[in-house]
Order: sequence, then C-alpha cells, then structure tokens
Amino acid sequence: MNNTIRLDGKTIPFEQGQTIMEAATAAGVYIPHLCHNPEFTPHGSCKLCNVKVNGRICSACTFPASEGQDIISDSQELNADRQKITQMLFVEGNHFCPSCEKTGNCQLQAVAYHLNMLDDHFPHFYAHRKMDASHPDILIDHNRCIFCTLCVRASQEKDGKDVFAIIGRGINKHLIANAESGQLKDTDIAATDHAAHICPTGAILIKRTGYAVPIGERVYDHQQIDTVALAQENTDHG
Amino acid sequence: MQQFIQDLAQKNQFQPTHLLEILRAIQLRFCSIPNDAIEQLALLLKIPRTRIIDVIEFYSFFTSTPTGRYHLLISDSITDHMLGKQALIAFAADKLNVGVGSVRADGLVSLDNTSCTGMCDQGPAGLINGLALTALDQNKITAIAGLINQQIPLSEWPAEFFNVVDNIHKPDLLLKQQIALGDALTATFQRGLKSTLAEINLSGLRGRGGAGFKTAMKWQFCSEEAETERYVVCNADEGEPGTFKDRVLLNSYAHQVFEGMTLCAAIIGAKQGFLYLRGEYLHLYDKLQAILAERRQLGLLGDNIQNQGLDFDIEIRLGAGAYICGEESALIESLEGKSGIPRNRPPYPVSKGYLGKPTVVNNVETFYAAAAIAVNGGDWFADVGTEKSQGTKILSICGDCTKPGIYEYPFGTRIQTVLDDCGATDVLGVQIGGPSGTFIANDEFDRQLAFEDLATGGSFIIFNNSRNILDIANNFTHFFAHESCGFCTPCRVGTSLLKKQLDKIMDGHGSAGDVIALEELCQLIKTNSHCGLGQTAANPILTTLERYPELYQSRLKNISFEPGFDLDGALEIARRMANRDDAAAHLAQVADDE
Repeated sequence: MNNTIRLDGKTIPFEQGQTIMEAATAAGVYIPHLCHNPEFTPHGSCKLCNVKVNGRICSACTFPASEGQDIISDSQELNADRQKITQMLFVEGNHFCPSCEKTGNCQLQAVAYHLNMLDDHFPHFYAHRKMDASHPDILIDHNRCIFCTLCVRASQEKDGKDVFAIIGRGINKHLIANAESGQLKDTDIAATDHAAHICPTGAILIKRTGYAVPIGERVYDHQQIDTVALAQENTDHG
Repeated sequence: MQQFIQDLAQKNQFQPTHLLEILRAIQLRFCSIPNDAIEQLALLLKIPRTRIIDVIEFYSFFTSTPTGRYHLLISDSITDHMLGKQALIAFAADKLNVGVGSVRADGLVSLDNTSCTGMCDQGPAGLINGLALTALDQNKITAIAGLINQQIPLSEWPAEFFNVVDNIHKPDLLLKQQIALGDALTATFQRGLKSTLAEINLSGLRGRGGAGFKTAMKWQFCSEEAETERYVVCNADEGEPGTFKDRVLLNSYAHQVFEGMTLCAAIIGAKQGFLYLRGEYLHLYDKLQAILAERRQLGLLGDNIQNQGLDFDIEIRLGAGAYICGEESALIESLEGKSGIPRNRPPYPVSKGYLGKPTVVNNVETFYAAAAIAVNGGDWFADVGTEKSQGTKILSICGDCTKPGIYEYPFGTRIQTVLDDCGATDVLGVQIGGPSGTFIANDEFDRQLAFEDLATGGSFIIFNNSRNILDIANNFTHFFAHESCGFCTPCRVGTSLLKKQLDKIMDGHGSAGDVIALEELCQLIKTNSHCGLGQTAANPILTTLERYPELYQSRLKNISFEPGFDLDGALEIARRMANRDDAAAHLAQVADDE
C-alpha cells in the first residue's frame, strides 16, 4: 500500500475510497468542519473543510483522495476564508453563546475559537425563528440551526427513522419535523435517538439535563476542537 | 380533491420521480398544494411528507397558500426593466386592484414578480397561470384586467396575447441549413456509431450551455461505463437571464434537437431520454409532445428505430421555476422529483447521473449541432470558428438595439460586428453570458466570442449610455440571492449579504471601507461556493467594479464609518413609548468628516 497524498507539505497515506478528510483524520491532521461526522454520509455543505487540491478548491469531506494530490489546508488564506464562513453562520442565525446551554460543548463556538474569530464581521440578519418545545423530552431552538443536516442523516442512517428534513431555498432554508402538525411531539423521535444528540450547536437539546456539567468544565473549555475532534473521530472509526 | 389526487398519482404510476408533474397539476387545479394533498401524496408515492414540502418550498411555481385563480407573474429580468416593467407592474397592480406579491381579497387574482421568462426580445413579458405573455403594455394590461374581472377562461383570451415569435435575424452554418427528418440517424447508422462519434470529436463541438466541455468526450466516457442502463438528458432549463435561443430551437427545430438526442442514445447505448423543459416554456409543451408522437409514427423514436435495433424514447419533464436546475446535477435531482440541489462531484453524471446511472446531459443547442454534424461531418463544423472554439454559436441578443432576437456567428466574431448587425448604437457596455458571465465596457468591443476570450451560453444583453451600471449589477445580485439553492454556506448566506451590502452602498449608506468589504465578500463567495451559481454570483459586481471603480466610490459618504441602518429611525419606537418628540430624543446620522 503505497498510496500517498501530500497535505500541507507532509506525505500521508490513504486507502482507496477514502476522502481527503478521512485520510487526514487518520493521519492526525485536523481540517475544520461542522457538517461532517465520520459516522454519516458526507454532505459537503458547510464548506469549512475547503482545501486546495492541486490549486483547485475542493471540500475535503467529499473529495476522494488520490495519488499525486498536493493539498493545502492550513494556510493563512484558507483559514481566513474559514473564519468568514463561520461568521456567516453566526450572523445568519441568532447565536447568543453566553445564554446558550450548549456553550463550551458547541462545535460552532469551538470552531470559531479555533479560527480566532473575534467578531461577527457581517451585519446580522436578525432572523425570526421559532422554538419547538412541544416534545416532552427534546427541544428545538431554530435560532441555532446551521443546516448541517446531521440530525437528518442520523435519523435516517442510525435510527432508521425520518424525523427531520432541511428544506426551502436560499436564505429561507430551515429545519422541519416530519409530522402533519409540523411539531416534534407528533414525530416518532425518542430522546435516546442519535438524532437527538448529534447537533453540533444548541439547536436540538435534551430537556431537563441543562447545566449538568457547569460552564468552565465543558469539552471545549479546556481543549481545542482539533484535539477533541481527532481523538473522537479516530476512536469511532480507527 | 381526494379522487383527483388518486387519479393523478395513478396516471403517474405512483412514481416519486414524477412529483413535479403531480404537483404542477395540483397547483393548477387548486391554486396551491393543500396540506391534505401532501398527506395523501406521501402515502400514495410512499415518500416522506417532508420531501413533498421541500419541493413545494423550493420551486417558485408551487405555493402552500392559494394564489388567485388568475395568477399573473411579471418577468423581473433587467431587459424587462429596460422596457418599462416597473411602471407596468404598478399599472397592473392598480388596474387589478391587488398589491404586488398579494392575492386580491376575492381570491380571483394575484400578482407577483418572477425571474426572467426568456422573452427578453419581446418584453415586458409575463406568465398567466404558467402561460407566456409577451410584449405587454398598458393596453394589454387593461384588457387582461377586464378579462380577469369577467372571469373569461384563458382559452377564450385573444391569441395574440400569447404570441411568441422567433425573431431569427442572422442564420449561419446551423440555422441556414436544416437537416431532413431522419437524415442524422441514417448517416449515423451508415457510417457506424464509432465513426460518428469520431466525427463529433473531429468537429470539436463543445457544450453550448456555457461550460464548454467537449461533447464527444462526454459521450465516450458515458459509453465506457460498466453500467449499461444509461440516460440522455436534454437541458432546456434555459434560465440565464437574457437567453432565449433554446426556446426558438425548440419552437422551430425540435425535430433536429430530438434527432441529436437519439443519435446520442445510439452512441452511448441509452433507451430513455428526457427533455427537461423549464416551466416558463409551458407554451411549447403540447407542440413538443406532438412532435415526439410524429417521430414515433415515423419510426424515428420507439422500438427498433430505422430498423437498426435501437430502442429509445423521450419523455418531456417540466420544471417549476428554479434557475439552479440548469446546473446539470441539480437538473438530475429535479428529474428525480426532488429539489434542485447540485450534487457533490465526483461522481460526475456520466458515471452516476439519473437514478445513479450513467447519464449524458447536454444543452439543446449541443444536440441540435450534433445532429447537423452527423449529417455533414466533423470538418464541416471544425472549419468554422477558432482553433479552440470550433463552429458557430447561437446568440440571444436583447437590450438596447433595434433588432433583438436570434443571431448565429462563427466563434471568433468581434463584439463590434455583432453590435453593428443588431443595430446597437451609443453602447455603454454588453453583458456577455448573462449575469453569471462578464460585463464588458465600450473600449473592449474588439474582443471576440470564443471559449478562450468571451464565453457565453448565448445571452448577450446590450446597454446604452442612458443605463445605470449599478442598477444593472443590483438587479443581477438580487437575482442570484433569490435563486441560490441554499445548500452551501458561502452562497446561501453570501448572496444575501452581497445584496445587503450593495443595497447599503446604493442607498447612500456606504462609507470608505464598504467597497473593499464588498469586493472581499465577492471573492469569498466565488472561491468557496459549491457550484457554478455561487462561483459566478459575484461576477456582476466584480466585473463592473473592475471597470468602473469610481462609480462605486461615488456612492460612498466621506466618513470612515457609516452604520448600515437609520439611527434616528431605530429610536422611533422608544420615542413613542416615552411619548417624546423633542430635539433631544432625536439622533443625527453620523456627519461627514470634513
């Protein structure tokens, strides 16, 4: 097996069929991402993992690794773009980290820290988004949804259900629950479903578990997301 | 309604791939897609209701709340604006007593804007219950208002309201010399499939939709796939504002287009083809169906075509108002009855396209040209044009000229030649290739039509010196924000931010850093977006900013920072609550630095 690619000047191995993201993760190289989770079919929508493959921009989570690729990921230029894309996600929704239960465990917040995002840069959309607190055990706060579709994929691929969908066009994109009423309580979701726990932000939360871990002792309070992601993703799929 | 939907689903063999057709019929019958219909369809088609709701929200021509029984849409293309669209829609709103974007209280009529309907040479244009209206003026609107108020069925309206003309002004290689029915297939079978593919390769034909991928190579790749269930798709989702040549080809030369598809099917080994016709061209639907029926009768479609053992047929599928479906993988998603979200590539459609099977997607003009090449040979085509761009290109010319319409030119033709032919004088600039293309200024008319210089899918919009470049860029920028599918962050959020940022500058709220911020945002969207829409959405600003930086700068205030909103206006609610209106309760906007 002498399949190799060059990533940020280092030669790393890959297996046939692996994406650039999979090869990088296995080699211990973190490429920022939000919609990607190695347990589910790649989606390629958040565009944080955009890398330069032989001079061309590609999404690392969907683009297959192949012999002869010279890939740049950790460059000033790409990280500056990633920071802006993260800022876009912040201004599109309504993200108030200090009052969010997910703070310290939130991947959006952690990626923002990792990319040294210090402000929102863009004007806010102040989108009017609702909450769905109809379900006895699960809460949806649409203000925090970034349309990564992880809940959609988790429900379909792990739970064998079809609870969520991301629908609509352009800036009107939104998450819906698969019930005639549109309310989560009328779907077949259970609090034990993967879909209820996969949200990278605080859009889908389990009720009555808030602040069980105090702020300051949460995942990203002491560790950077690159360390956490590499450890988790290599354990899950090592 | 229940019986209607049951019959409709049955007619479509309960196929989820036919979801758009089914929803089109429901929308036409009930002026919306009612909730009960969604529930019933989900059960009948065995798909989640969320997929149906997604499709309804995604396509402009589907609504969840009822439109009027007469639903009037006015085309919002820049060319319609130049022909007085804004005044006309205001006139229509007044005559019909309905607001733009609203339904009249009695539910009889609704009025709204719609993206370019492809009638730029005969605008201002519109759609009434999906059917094209052309050359609208105040007299016609007055008459239409009368017909609507008397509830006269569309079938009894004057035919001239729906008259769509070809306006072919300059035929060349392809348009001058039509091939006879069946000739391309006869030539293909006589020469042999491999040799015919070799001729198409020799011709140098590249995709006419704008991207310019070599046609023969695409067909070859598809034919080499291990999977033998393969498809041919003709992309007639001509949505690029300013483009209408495919409409003319399908109106007058559909046989040749279908023949091109059929010879492609013979070469790649496909049994099924699709014509994906944009919803705005509904008026062509019956005519095209009749042509397909005629071809079946003549043995040019169906089983054992020309007794050569080729089985192939073509189905027409209508879109429902989504520019993004012109992108080939979004088009395939749409054919499968889904919202048009471009796929991740690889795999490319030639290996995994419709239903995951190898699929060739080509533009109408590409198939039309391929049929002629099959008859006349590769050299006939390759002898015309430039070294890298062989053959001719059919242009849709509109805007400020005396003879808008269809013009065919050999590649390599100078822009000035085109302008002279169509009667354009006092020209400020030309938008080549539509909003996603390039704006060129009047000192660049020595440049030429060619993939290596100015590539175009056919759109050619002329602006004279009375036009405002920022208005043009603004119209295009709003268009892209409206048409972004929303899949990827840079395009979903970026196109809307671009709209806000340009509006800020145009409304006189811009300051020193705002043009730089605008350009940075453009580059970000261009570099990072998922598909061609996002990658080109910033072109209207980038190409005009490059040529006319002073125009943008002139709109800026002479201060270092200006908030993007009205400071004093934001205090209005507080003033009302405090019941104050004295001078101290007001805030001045930041004053100019002197």
